[in-house]
Amino acid sequence: MKKLLQSCLLLLMPLGVFAAGGMDLDSADYDLSDTKSLENGAYLYVQYCLGCHSTKYIRYLNLADDFGIKQQKILEKIAPEGAGIYDKMLTAMNGHDAKKWFGRQPPDLSLIARSRGADWLYSYLKGFYIDPARPLGVNNAIYPDVAMPNPLWKLQGKQKAVYKTVDGQEVITELVTEERGTMSAEEFDKSVNDIVNFLVYAGEPIQLERISMGKYVLFFILIFAVIAYLLKKEYWKDIH
Amino acid sequence: MKPNYLNDCGSWFCQRFPMVKMWNEHMAQYYAPKNFNFWYFFGALALLVLVNQLVTGILLTMNYKPDASLAFDSVEYIMREVPWGWLVRYMHSTGASAFFIVVYLHMFRGLIYGSYKQPRELIWIFGMLIFLALMAEAFMGYLLPWGQMSYWGAQVIISLFSAIPIIGDDLSLWVRGDYVISDATLNRFFAFHVIAIPLILIMLIFLHIIALHEVGSNNPDGIEIKDSKDPWGHPVDGIPFHPYYTVKDIVGVAVFLFFFATVIFYMPEMGGYFLEHSNFIPADPLSTPEHIAPVWYFTPFYAILRAIPDKFAGVIAMGGAIVVLFFLPWLDRSPVRSIRYRGGIYKKAIALFVLSFLGLGYLGMQAPTANATIAARVCTAIYFAFFLLMPIYTRWEKTKPLPKRINEQPSLEDQIPAIKEAFAAMTHDVPENRNGQTVMHTRPDASGIVHELSKFAKKIIRSLD
Repeated sequence: MKKLLQSCLLLLMPLGVFAAGGMDLDSADYDLSDTKSLENGAYLYVQYCLGCHSTKYIRYLNLADDFGIKQQKILEKIAPEGAGIYDKMLTAMNGHDAKKWFGRQPPDLSLIARSRGADWLYSYLKGFYIDPARPLGVNNAIYPDVAMPNPLWKLQGKQKAVYKTVDGQEVITELVTEERGTMSAEEFDKSVNDIVNFLVYAGEPIQLERISMGKYVLFFILIFAVIAYLLKKEYWKDIH
Repeated sequence: MKPNYLNDCGSWFCQRFPMVKMWNEHMAQYYAPKNFNFWYFFGALALLVLVNQLVTGILLTMNYKPDASLAFDSVEYIMREVPWGWLVRYMHSTGASAFFIVVYLHMFRGLIYGSYKQPRELIWIFGMLIFLALMAEAFMGYLLPWGQMSYWGAQVIISLFSAIPIIGDDLSLWVRGDYVISDATLNRFFAFHVIAIPLILIMLIFLHIIALHEVGSNNPDGIEIKDSKDPWGHPVDGIPFHPYYTVKDIVGVAVFLFFFATVIFYMPEMGGYFLEHSNFIPADPLSTPEHIAPVWYFTPFYAILRAIPDKFAGVIAMGGAIVVLFFLPWLDRSPVRSIRYRGGIYKKAIALFVLSFLGLGYLGMQAPTANATIAARVCTAIYFAFFLLMPIYTRWEKTKPLPKRINEQPSLEDQIPAIKEAFAAMTHDVPENRNGQTVMHTRPDASGIVHELSKFAKKIIRSLD
């Protein structure tokens, strides 16, 4: 019985908290109506992320339709060489190799913005720092001991963690640049924001349309409510 | 003379089917008390949500695949590729939460106005069975998207069966059809969710309404309107359900739809309460999520389960929390139905019960820390004490005399002057400044607000006696 209880408790108890690294999340400043940013985000995504991560629910055609860009331009500027407009955004890396290299298959990122949230993604992508103890030499302040290397290191440069000791444990307080990348800090923040913007879009491509539709629906219901109320008042005027 | 085909067809039908009789019995000549208030909208709204769930559910099954390897993708296919699929899916997912909101409020109405008391015990029993069926329906439906939370939530809840001595392990194996939640479980849950439980639900709702119409509706005063009748045998304080309550319920429907559409179009995830964040990750039997919590409508019962240190006792307590509701009509020994004529003890007991239920709901969503567990135990004790001590405190307390006829209650419009007065007391006017560019002429007044709030608090405390 005791063992049963323990296993039950284990199952019910949270095993850790997301932001276990001791760093607060930065807030992403994404804007789904900014198609320039979405386009750049999709471009960066294909350049730096698609190598390992699929976005299998999105086709290149969706990008053309939803961003209002010509299909030809998507194929020339964003899609990888040889991809067709009807192709899904699939990675070229196969799962078997991935397991060998990273210990697990990199997850599909179609819905990552809905499970993690935009702020988490933004902070995570900016949260890599040098840690020689890790197999790939980098660790992440937001997702400690993640198997993923920093795909954007060329742009961002290399970061070093600054620690402080709290209750005998080392906690990261901030990350400082050790070696500059090809982008300035502002340029890099904007690029990460664009990628996050793209991922938020990928999580629910319909969301802009949904939100813009809402006001018409609510307006209609409001008119309906007023008419219904007047009807009720008319019927009920002789009930005392 | 020109033959009237429509009429002929109508009378042909009516000679063979008691349509007019049914319409009259249940709508046009069903006399309902004229003093139904805000709380009486939720029965009709529950029916509306049921219809919404049936229609959107049927549309969803047209594109959903009950197969462990396809289910998650098929939901995303509905969200992205099926025309208006996202709307149908959000209507269904929001409808599930709306169903529980509406049903909890409907049950609370029954609680405060004593609608379960003699002669309406059977209506309450049918209602409780509907609640049970609804919980089963929601639980099984939640597995279908095959996300992480679907999977692990079902895993935790079904493993509860294994706490039953002797037969437990075999029973949970029988329920799952496998040693873990798997394709077999998904398939049988799909079958239950789309046909078995909906059939039971519709049947029970039919019985619930027939039983209600046999004895007639209760009302906020908790007195029988049939006690005073006019010379034609109609209750003096009753009005025909149609058209009076049909037109009134339409207003309720419109207000409900306003909130419903707001959620669907602006916040379909409702901050992770209606659609949990982890459920956007496909089910993975090999990785347990950090925090497993059921959807908000199950959390009060989940908190009771966790509050008890022994697993089997916890399961018993969780079941008991629902079973005890069935006995409510016999636990309540008060001679009056409505809270309006009850004594202070009952009002305080209900206030405590509501607080403990909300507290349990909150605690069920949180990680079980030591303090949270103690709080959950206190709330569990209050929850059960409310029901189990009811035979004692309802018999003791002094009730107020019942009126012969239904009381006139101020309607919403009658309260407008009072609201205006309170608003005036809480604000003060600012004189025009020199350049005539005062932004807000009426500004909130801190001392006025404190005064009005204390007046309101005093009123509430007074009403508890």
